[in-house]
Amino acid sequence: MAKATPNVLAVTGNEAVAEAMRQIDPDVVCAYPITPQTEIVQLYAQLVADGKVSTEFVTAESEHSAMSAAIGAAAAGARTMTATSSQGFALMWELLYIASSYRLPIVMTVVNRALSGPINIHCDHSDSIGGRDSGWIQIYGENHQQAYDNCLQAVRIAEHPDVRLPVMHMYDGYVISGAIGPLTPLEDSRVREFIGPYQPVNPLLDVQHPVTVGPFDGLHGWYFEHKVAQNLAMERAYQVLQDVADEFARLTGRQYGLIDPYRLEDAEIAIVVVGSTAGTTRLVVDQLRAKGVKAGMVRVRVFRPFPYHTFAQALQHVKVVGVLDRADSFGAQGGPVFLEIRAALYDNDPRPQVLPFIYGLGGRDIFPHDIEQAFGVLDEAAKRVRRVSTQRRYLNLRQGRGLEHERK
Amino acid sequence: MLAKEIRFHGRGGQGAVLAARMLASACAVEGKYVASFPMFGFERRGMPVVAFTRFDDQPIREKTQVYAPDALVVIDPTLLGIRALFDGLKPEGILVLNSPRPLVEAPHPSVHKAAVINATAVALCEIGRDVPNTCLLGALARATGWVSLDSVLAGLAEHLEGDMLKKNIRNAERGYHEVEVLTW
Repeated sequence: MAKATPNVLAVTGNEAVAEAMRQIDPDVVCAYPITPQTEIVQLYAQLVADGKVSTEFVTAESEHSAMSAAIGAAAAGARTMTATSSQGFALMWELLYIASSYRLPIVMTVVNRALSGPINIHCDHSDSIGGRDSGWIQIYGENHQQAYDNCLQAVRIAEHPDVRLPVMHMYDGYVISGAIGPLTPLEDSRVREFIGPYQPVNPLLDVQHPVTVGPFDGLHGWYFEHKVAQNLAMERAYQVLQDVADEFARLTGRQYGLIDPYRLEDAEIAIVVVGSTAGTTRLVVDQLRAKGVKAGMVRVRVFRPFPYHTFAQALQHVKVVGVLDRADSFGAQGGPVFLEIRAALYDNDPRPQVLPFIYGLGGRDIFPHDIEQAFGVLDEAAKRVRRVSTQRRYLNLRQGRGLEHERK
Repeated sequence: MLAKEIRFHGRGGQGAVLAARMLASACAVEGKYVASFPMFGFERRGMPVVAFTRFDDQPIREKTQVYAPDALVVIDPTLLGIRALFDGLKPEGILVLNSPRPLVEAPHPSVHKAAVINATAVALCEIGRDVPNTCLLGALARATGWVSLDSVLAGLAEHLEGDMLKKNIRNAERGYHEVEVLTW
């Protein structure tokens, strides 16, 4: 790990997260390596082998087993972490629901990568977006620092007595995971203090108070009520997410919220975006502002629970909102984030136009001029009296005969 | 305007990705903001490999790959034959080249300055293996003046240790002192 200035390291996104995990020193880590998450597992296995952490490291033969083992460890009462990407995330699918319904505060790093096929190892958000309904809290980071900061905060949020839900935090595969960027880490002692000791609720290993975890609910059981309880926990999580972020800000000076607005106060057109592309979008917003265009941006930090109320307020005054999705929901009106934003703004008066953009699938690069083009569409729409079409607009899409054929 | 983008071309096993990282570390030593990443893809010994380094005195917000580099570092001379090698190189561009033969003319209209050294020969002498990457970092420091030799050596220490560090320091120093710089 490279030292830049005394407090700034030059590290990959994966190194940043492995460092956070070292400082957290969870009781159990169960993981299976997959590109582009592999480096985390490799680095953490090394830390375990070198005796730098006290973690029990469980190697598994698949992600299905890794999450199963994580669930077992968490139910036993261990502070448990794991990490995955793409197909590995997809293989965990059925277990994701088990972890959240057992109310196990597992923390998982998801390094975003496209889902096959064709086989593709590059970044998009199809993997974690697909897990949006699994009952996990979902937090997206923009850069190396946020990958680290979110990992630390995730532990506190997951274990908070008002929440007790698993948390996954994401950052972009390769763009962040494999790239060197700046990181200002906390001292070990301050992390330990922030994280605090873990007090598990109803752990299996508390043999004086035996409990059963995961039994059949019976033919006329309480399944429905369990699900409502999960949703109530999600609703309480809004406050906990903010409280933990505020406490983290007092410790580090880095303030996070449910959403991350940029030059939005007087914006007439705005882009909503997830992940590292927010960095490029800020650049374009600055350029447009210099030309007198009232452009703004909001980055989605927390996707579950979705802060629809916060978005509705933040975008109150915006005439046209463009939502940049790095995943698609085939056959839906637009990408998954678009659908959320459009629904969130439905009760706003006046009701803004919300337009869907799809970009960056399978790691297709996204340039400042692509984002400028999206802002151009919003600017045009803002000048029109009638609402414009909400058909998907694709950024940096290649033209090809195959596609033309499909469009006929 | 301190912002610079450098593209490294090598073959799998020659240390192009590590060289890009070590350059980022060297720039970070000088308090610059840095980013470095490989061309996102597979890694296999012998395959053409591309890696990037960006540095700036401002925070780097752009996340795209590098398409218009200010300098190219070509670690394997056989790559000179690849048509796409000079793609996007800015006019007044700088080429840092590992080659046993001197350049007689600019290999591309955008190449304004070339720094040529037989880095393979230096590496075989100093390290005993064909890992010419750190020698070329020394050559880059000399040809561009963007980063000092001291910082390059400090950058190496972030990634290497012990005997390998010592050998690579000599490798980089010789790159700095022995490189031939041509301008057109």
